[in-house]
Amino acid sequence: MTVYDPAVPDPAEAAAKATAEILESTLRSAARGVVVDSPPGAGKSTLVVRAALELAAAGRPLMVVAQTNAQVDDLVLRLAEKEPGLEVGRLHSSDGDPYDKALDALEQVRKSAKAGDLAGLPVVVSTAAKWAHVKNVEPWAHAIVDEAYQMRSDALLAVAGLFERALFVGDPGQLDPFSVVGADQWAGLSYDPSASAVSTLLAHNPELPQHRLPVSWRLPASAAPLVSDAFYPYTPFRSGTGPGDRRLSFGVASDGSAPDRVLDEAAESGWGLLELPARNTPRTDPEAVHAVALLVRRLLDRGGAAVSERAEEPVPLTAGRIAVGTAHRDQAAAVRAALAELGVSGVTVDTANRLQGREYDVTVVLHPLSGRPDATAFHLETGRLCVLASRHRHACVVVCRAGVTDLLDEHPSTEPVQLGVAVKFPDGWEANHAVLSHLSEHRVSWTP
Amino acid sequence: MSASLDDGRSRPAQTTDPVPTPASRRRTRERLAELRGPSVPPRPLDARALAALAANPGCRRRALLDGAGVDKGALASRLGSPAPFGQSQFAIVRGNSFEAKVKADGGRELLRLFGVEDPGTVSVPELSASGPEGRTARTALALREATAAGGWTLLDHPLLTLEVAGSPVHLEPDAVVVDPAGRWTVVEIKSFPMLDGAADAAKVGAAARQAAVYVLALERVAAVTEGAEVGHGVLLVCPKDFSNLPTASVVDVRRQRAVTRRQLDRLTRVEEIAGALPEGLTFDVRERSAEELSAAVEAVPHAYAPECLAACELGFHCRGRAREAGEVQTLGRSVRGELGALTTVGAVLAAARGEAGDPEDPAVAALRRARALRQEALTEAAACR
Amino acid sequence: MSLIAHLARMEAVESGRAQPLATVRHRHLSERPLVLVPLTTAGEAGAPLGALVGTGPDEPRLLVVPQPRDRELRFAFLAELAEEVLPYVDGYADAVEPVERKDPATGEKVQVELCLDAPQLIVPSRAGIEYVRLLGRSTRFRRTAEQDPDTPYPAPPRVPLLGRWLTHYGERARVPGSSLLLAATDLLNRHWATGQSSLEDQHLGALLAWIDPYDDEPGAEAAYRAELGRDSRGQLLCPPAGPATDPAFDNRLLAPAIEAYDRARQAVGAAEDGETADAALAALHRAEREVRRLVVSQLKPTWDATWRALGLLRELPEGARVADRWTRDRWSFTGHRDKVAAGEPPQPRRDDAVTAAAKLAAREQAQGRLDAQEALDDPLVLAGRRLAGEAFTGEVVEVTPAWTEARRPAPRPLLTFRTDDRPRLEPGTKVYRSLDGRPQTAEFVAPEEDGALVLRLLDKMGRAKEPAEGTVPEKGERIAWTLFEHDQRTGPKLPAPEDTPWTHGGPPRSADGELPDAVTPEDLL
Repeated sequence: MTVYDPAVPDPAEAAAKATAEILESTLRSAARGVVVDSPPGAGKSTLVVRAALELAAAGRPLMVVAQTNAQVDDLVLRLAEKEPGLEVGRLHSSDGDPYDKALDALEQVRKSAKAGDLAGLPVVVSTAAKWAHVKNVEPWAHAIVDEAYQMRSDALLAVAGLFERALFVGDPGQLDPFSVVGADQWAGLSYDPSASAVSTLLAHNPELPQHRLPVSWRLPASAAPLVSDAFYPYTPFRSGTGPGDRRLSFGVASDGSAPDRVLDEAAESGWGLLELPARNTPRTDPEAVHAVALLVRRLLDRGGAAVSERAEEPVPLTAGRIAVGTAHRDQAAAVRAALAELGVSGVTVDTANRLQGREYDVTVVLHPLSGRPDATAFHLETGRLCVLASRHRHACVVVCRAGVTDLLDEHPSTEPVQLGVAVKFPDGWEANHAVLSHLSEHRVSWTP
Repeated sequence: MSASLDDGRSRPAQTTDPVPTPASRRRTRERLAELRGPSVPPRPLDARALAALAANPGCRRRALLDGAGVDKGALASRLGSPAPFGQSQFAIVRGNSFEAKVKADGGRELLRLFGVEDPGTVSVPELSASGPEGRTARTALALREATAAGGWTLLDHPLLTLEVAGSPVHLEPDAVVVDPAGRWTVVEIKSFPMLDGAADAAKVGAAARQAAVYVLALERVAAVTEGAEVGHGVLLVCPKDFSNLPTASVVDVRRQRAVTRRQLDRLTRVEEIAGALPEGLTFDVRERSAEELSAAVEAVPHAYAPECLAACELGFHCRGRAREAGEVQTLGRSVRGELGALTTVGAVLAAARGEAGDPEDPAVAALRRARALRQEALTEAAACR
Repeated sequence: MSLIAHLARMEAVESGRAQPLATVRHRHLSERPLVLVPLTTAGEAGAPLGALVGTGPDEPRLLVVPQPRDRELRFAFLAELAEEVLPYVDGYADAVEPVERKDPATGEKVQVELCLDAPQLIVPSRAGIEYVRLLGRSTRFRRTAEQDPDTPYPAPPRVPLLGRWLTHYGERARVPGSSLLLAATDLLNRHWATGQSSLEDQHLGALLAWIDPYDDEPGAEAAYRAELGRDSRGQLLCPPAGPATDPAFDNRLLAPAIEAYDRARQAVGAAEDGETADAALAALHRAEREVRRLVVSQLKPTWDATWRALGLLRELPEGARVADRWTRDRWSFTGHRDKVAAGEPPQPRRDDAVTAAAKLAAREQAQGRLDAQEALDDPLVLAGRRLAGEAFTGEVVEVTPAWTEARRPAPRPLLTFRTDDRPRLEPGTKVYRSLDGRPQTAEFVAPEEDGALVLRLLDKMGRAKEPAEGTVPEKGERIAWTLFEHDQRTGPKLPAPEDTPWTHGGPPRSADGELPDAVTPEDLL
């Protein structure tokens, strides 16, 4: 495993060193697989594109396995942008509207619902679900499996026969895959079909080289230490930018209201907690939903501008650079409706599951435990909070009702224990406490 | 993932309790003795009881009664809802004979389960002494000697002490093994089977929580013992398949240990709960009438949930009270999730029928839609018959 | 559980009676199910204490192990159980119908047998299902004297086969919607909401107290008596539905009776002349009768309760798609019948990687199918999906003919649809309705200004330019649309176990390596 290397003080250098080692492992190691852990925003996509290009350049027929069609299309576009001369196959489903129409504009991208049509291309990209239906083809020399921690073991089983060796890339801190039916009878088996692809792979091949991308280019200096400590306690990472490299400012001064004050706090410190009075509420708590929408409205109205290493000049904070994250779909729907009422459009509003892998300048998060009378395993899931707290480049504002600390304290801890199942760290309780305790330093209380 | 996992990292900030002083501890002890009844000996807490604190940490009633050493079983009987807990003598006999088998052959059988085929001499020190203090001291001495000796040692039923809410609690693990490197490992012997390498996850969970209490208690001793380290993997020993041959599995109890430590820290709240009670209130099961006891119990709020029925002697009593109050939680913890501020069955039904509640409240609106859809479907089905 | 089910529970609290959660029966019930009520010995896995078993409420067969630690007596019990279960199972093996099926290997159509009906096993509670699995596991690897003349404790001839069938049924019970092996509590809980929690609902006596009380007694009171009521000797009025017994029963009644039985056996062994031997034998019979009496006192109330539960369920009409799921159960039964006949080895202790993945995929598919079919069969289940925004019911207010722009235009009529429900629709979302039992697809186009929904019908209208008769809804027609598909897509084909890839440990060791369990001398008295 690549260890955190304090001997390389420059983050760019540390990241380059890690990337070089990963490519070396991938291209030249005798091992059949290489595993790369990538914390949020550590350049996973860049790595995948680079590895793909190098493998293609080395003449190794490559298949790329991603988990969703959006991820596949995104990857194809990136490959095309980076290496316009490279022929890329996009294997898609036979449903209507199976891929992003933007691919039609690219001559070097060949699209088909049949793997046979794409045979011989240096790179073919598709979803795990589609690859699983590919049969009776010559195996590919190499594969890249993206978001491997979100892929279920049984999905890997269905595609692993298609490749000789593979690079597995993913973020272990995000949401684990799940099954809608019980899978307890296989708990503890190395190949438990409901476990993550990586856990099965490593259980059977413990000798595989494992690497880690050590630098988050997304998370600002204000966020990386918290996210690293709370969610990656044993595999720390750091931010690629230093304090002050990213700045958020508003053209319009605060009107003194709590929402404006919490936005100022977040612009200043990277974090803000808008705390509403303690109360048990349904999931679509109207006050909290309104508060979220109002924060977004004020972000836009106040003429936010973001300064970062990406541009010389401050970049206006537009709706497209803002996201709202929730735990449930009905909460997202309620926030969308509230935003529409305030005349806001173009802001992404989605659940943690769907925000995985995405990046924004500012995020507004409705805390999963806000207003709840009880915490459940779903709401305590570490990955959910991790996704919500690690999508931003500048600032994250959390809206939450008071009382979550007590709720956590009163949460019963009587989890069953399956023999042979590795304990996952940190647990949701610890991670939630860590985040809340940090947020409490950036708290603005508000009674709407 | 990594071999260097360790739990020594800093924990999230807790609510800062005042550091207990000897005087405040004495006052707490006295107050708790009063609550229990002056002539009633405290019911000793054991690891199982401590581990059970995590089952419903929000319940002040349970925290206080356990903290004061009240015999909840006797109390439940006096209140007219005796706890339905008991153990079959068949299970006890079988459990004892299994434990004897595990510890047979001077500890060598147990070390085989550790994967040590040839341990050399296994030292099994004599741990008996007079009184719990004596036994605790004897255990600490044996642990120190074993760690210094650098061989394999099996401590059969050692006695450990953990201070809980100002009072010492004596804990007796089935066994502790000291290895030549000075690592202490808790051994938990259970009589449920490991069938094809798997076991009842609820029972393993309970065993892990219990073992975590021993780990915590051992850590206090290890802290003052040169060269000692307490393993966070405990050895769970169970009958293999349908036989009474032992088999074992290492269970990582770091999570359970963290949970239990939090709960023990929180038990200092007992003082605060007791402080809020009226003067003279007592749970003295010997001296007080059922009515008085019932009133005393009512003075401490409970947090009943159906899980209590299997975990607390007062479960059925509290269920009766919670049902009288119409609490929706009697139908399950999860039921409250979508009801927002509505906490009683009456309030929910009134809201659903449109007799009460703010229609702007999403919980009320959802209930009205739910009721309308339900009625529509039932009417439709009735018409079809 | 959804809000609509929570509401039903609260209505049950208020009325003191269970409230319906379904308007039809969602599980198949056999004309002649085999009910099995097992009891086990505390503290020991796989040491049965007794059972009642039979296909009619009035004719249970009582099986008792007077000394559960005696292996011989256990084997005798299992042999007797096999004599009850296997003839019942065999009774369904021979009546078959020919069915055409695609051979999974060649893809060609072949004719195969499908059993016309299948045996159905009913136990009182979920713990009973678990116990069926345990019995299956403990017996299927046993060796008979015929299989292995050297085995130290040979099992009676049909016991390993019993184990294979129980294992098959136990495993099939994990498939959502399957009805081969059912628990009475699960059946009742699927169809009624009580005024207590789902944890308390696992108690068969308490559950019946809510659903079918004697003398209109309020459910909570009757359930309380079922849970805790005891007689003057401290024994539960309603013994637990097993397989675990009440500790008070074990300690006060059963233990002394078993001790007496042991003493009587010793006396028989020690008898030195005919007269004392006769007396001792008589005493042994008395002692055994006493154990049997005690065991039956614990079994009979549960036996009666289980049949009462079946009676209640029979009053509900069967859902329209229950037969489809039962056909799948019949395939499952037929498949295992064939495996046994082909001399395949017993099911392995743990699944290999491919089998585990295949089972998980099949169960996820079955879950999706069950959720869809229950909603289509039952307006009360559909109501829950409507509340969740996953279905909507309403009226067609306008039908506008339209066609595709292809060279040969195909019909794509637009429906204006009015509903009070709030489905989670986005433009392009597919919705489905049942057209003569088969799903017809439409897509959501846009909302009208007055809130009505515009849907475009996409399929099942025939090949002609004009849609076939009856395939397009008419103005005024009431329709239930779902956002979920009615049929489940089949998942990808997995590799054969011998082709298990390196990521999953490569091919498993051969299943022939399964050895019988180790024997422990302590099991014998």
